[in-house]
Amino acid sequence: MKVLVAVKRVIDYNVKVRVKPDNTGVDLSNVKMAMNPFCEIAVEEAVRLKEKGVATEIVAVTIGPKVSQEQLRTALALGADRAIQVETDEDVQSLDAAKMLKAVVDKEEPNLVIMGKQSIDTDNNQTGQMLAQLAGMPQGTFASEVEVEGEKVKVTREIDGGLMTVSLKLPAVVTTDLRLNEPRYASLPNIMKAKKKPLETVSPADLGIDVTPRLKTLKVEEPQPRQPGIKVESVEELVDKLKNEAKVI
Amino acid sequence: MSTLVIADHNKGELTGSTLSVIAAAKAIGGDIDVLVAGKDIGGVAEQAAKADGVNKVLTADNDAYGHDLAENLSLLIAEVGKGYSHLLASAGTVGKDTMPRVAAMLDVAQVSDIIGVQSEDTFVRPIYAGNAIATVQSSDSVKVITVRTTSFDPVAAEGGSASVESVDSAHDAGLSEFVSEELAESDRPDLAAADVVISGGRGMQNGENFKMLESVADVLGAAIGASRAAVDAGFVPNDMQVGQTGKIVAPNLYIAVGISGAIQHLAGMGDSKVIVAINKDEDAPIFQVADYGLVADLFEAVPQLEEELKKVV
Ligand SMILES: Cc1cc2nc3c(=O)[nH]c(=O)nc-3n(C[C@H](O)[C@H](O)[C@H](O)COP(=O)(O)OP(=O)(O)OC[C@H]3O[C@@H](n4cnc5c(N)ncnc54)[C@H](O)[C@@H]3O)c2cc1C
Ligand SMILES: Cc1cc2nc3c(=O)[nH]c(=O)nc-3n(C[C@H](O)[C@H](O)[C@H](O)COP(=O)(O)OP(=O)(O)OC[C@H]3O[C@@H](n4cnc5c(N)ncnc54)[C@H](O)[C@@H]3O)c2cc1C
Repeated sequence: MKVLVAVKRVIDYNVKVRVKPDNTGVDLSNVKMAMNPFCEIAVEEAVRLKEKGVATEIVAVTIGPKVSQEQLRTALALGADRAIQVETDEDVQSLDAAKMLKAVVDKEEPNLVIMGKQSIDTDNNQTGQMLAQLAGMPQGTFASEVEVEGEKVKVTREIDGGLMTVSLKLPAVVTTDLRLNEPRYASLPNIMKAKKKPLETVSPADLGIDVTPRLKTLKVEEPQPRQPGIKVESVEELVDKLKNEAKVI
Repeated sequence: MSTLVIADHNKGELTGSTLSVIAAAKAIGGDIDVLVAGKDIGGVAEQAAKADGVNKVLTADNDAYGHDLAENLSLLIAEVGKGYSHLLASAGTVGKDTMPRVAAMLDVAQVSDIIGVQSEDTFVRPIYAGNAIATVQSSDSVKVITVRTTSFDPVAAEGGSASVESVDSAHDAGLSEFVSEELAESDRPDLAAADVVISGGRGMQNGENFKMLESVADVLGAAIGASRAAVDAGFVPNDMQVGQTGKIVAPNLYIAVGISGAIQHLAGMGDSKVIVAINKDEDAPIFQVADYGLVADLFEAVPQLEEELKKVV
């Protein structure tokens, strides 16, 4: 079966962002960018399905500016067979990202779409669910285990109360949680090979999507800083402060 | 203007998070109705009807909604939600799972995880693991929103007297089926709503050692949390993870034990009123946000903490 994985270029998770002085956004110039960690997990899961003989082809897709081809090359180095870039310099909001992915789904007709549960920049946690709705597919969000069984996929989900397992009709959308797998690193030979794998570029217009932001960011600010705290010397002092100064016990 | 709040419930009880979502709805203004969907939810509906500020409670009692399957619930919410200007749910796993489907069905954007309301169309939300706070304005006719419940003080659970009406609607999309669930059994307060939380990290070394935290939690009536590293290592289950990609908590007192304080962890507990850190590394970043930091070996400090607390609480 064919698996589509959506990968997003985001700020590296180790970078602490700075808000721009004019409060229009965060400063992304000269910061390290990387594949969204949840998307790495998505690629890894697809590759494992291929290694198990369940998946036959893995197509990686991203929506973003030209440089986001870097993340597609990473996906190819990790084991995707080919890649599609929807190239745009616009700020693509989740609903539009989902519509573009839907157009790619219509064309590629994958049996399974695997994506991250959230991207660590906007933390929206929406795109997979929106795509599932638009494509008329069921969804297995926050997945910690994925098992393809014939025409169905069994997904164990990390929910507030613990774990929940659902069975979904294929084609379906799965969004990854942290415990699904531990992504591998790309080997040098695979990075070299990835350079020769096919990467197709399309525009939102080719897909018939007009990018129209519905949400306007009015301003972006620094969070309120916490008052600096103190170091205590002993457990006795700690308990005394909690009782008599902070009055929280 | 009117808001439909999607109730969260657990084991036949309305959860406190719903009261916080109602508070967010009040901040938006207009009439507030509450939708309770599930199986055997009469008790939940009665509780919702007593919540302060609720106009009407709508119930959809049907097998199709019994396990919160997003494919079915989203169809219900889109149908019942017709005519409302705002559809609100908590940013728990049910809201996160379901509301984007509703938004896509209505062809509108969703505003996720709001922490503030500035006006009927303008909301405040954290981005980049809480390192930046964005104010966003929605131009859509219907606003689909999930609410970070720790940012809104719950409305009173008693005092209201809303009417209860059942809606006759059974949507089964036929796409998904419930198989099983493994729910954490605990007599402790709900992590996301607890007054006191004590969390352990990789420094705890194994799951067995979390018993030390349990003993402290028993004294304080606290919930127990964990860092991602502790969950990944299998010390404790996933529902205990606090952080950007786990649960968001904002208790009066948060005690971090053997946790370094990565930005992803801070994103989940940085709004706690008082933060205590116990860590043997005096340079651990957690000390930068801690009100009270204790540089110590946790295996000595935690049993002492239990003893000292027993003397005063
Ligand atoms: C260059 C650029 C700059 C942007 N700047 C801003 C900004 O300053 N402010 C702002 O509010 N928004 C900005 N956006 C838009 C914002 O990132 C969108 O909200 C985003 O594309 C949708 O993802 P999400 O965070 O909602 O994803 P989520 O729903 O959290 O992501 C879940 C998953 O969806 C998939 N996915 C999401 N987006 C893509 C994508 N583009 N390509 C492939 N897969 C994807 C991934 O698998 C991801 O793990 C920008 C977007 C781009 C491309
Ligand atoms: C996409 C993504 C999402 C993430 N989401 C989350 C999230 O939601 N929540 C989260 O917590 N993390 C999250 N993380 C992980 C995060 O980056 C850190 O790796 C994690 O929080 C570290 O956990 P820790 O502090 O327990 O472990 P470490 O960083 O290993 O820290 C252990 C600490 O214990 C101390 N210690 C060790 N032994 C003792 C002792 N005997 N006595 C006292 N102190 C001791 C050490 O000094 C150290 O500071 C995420 C990461 C990624 C990439």
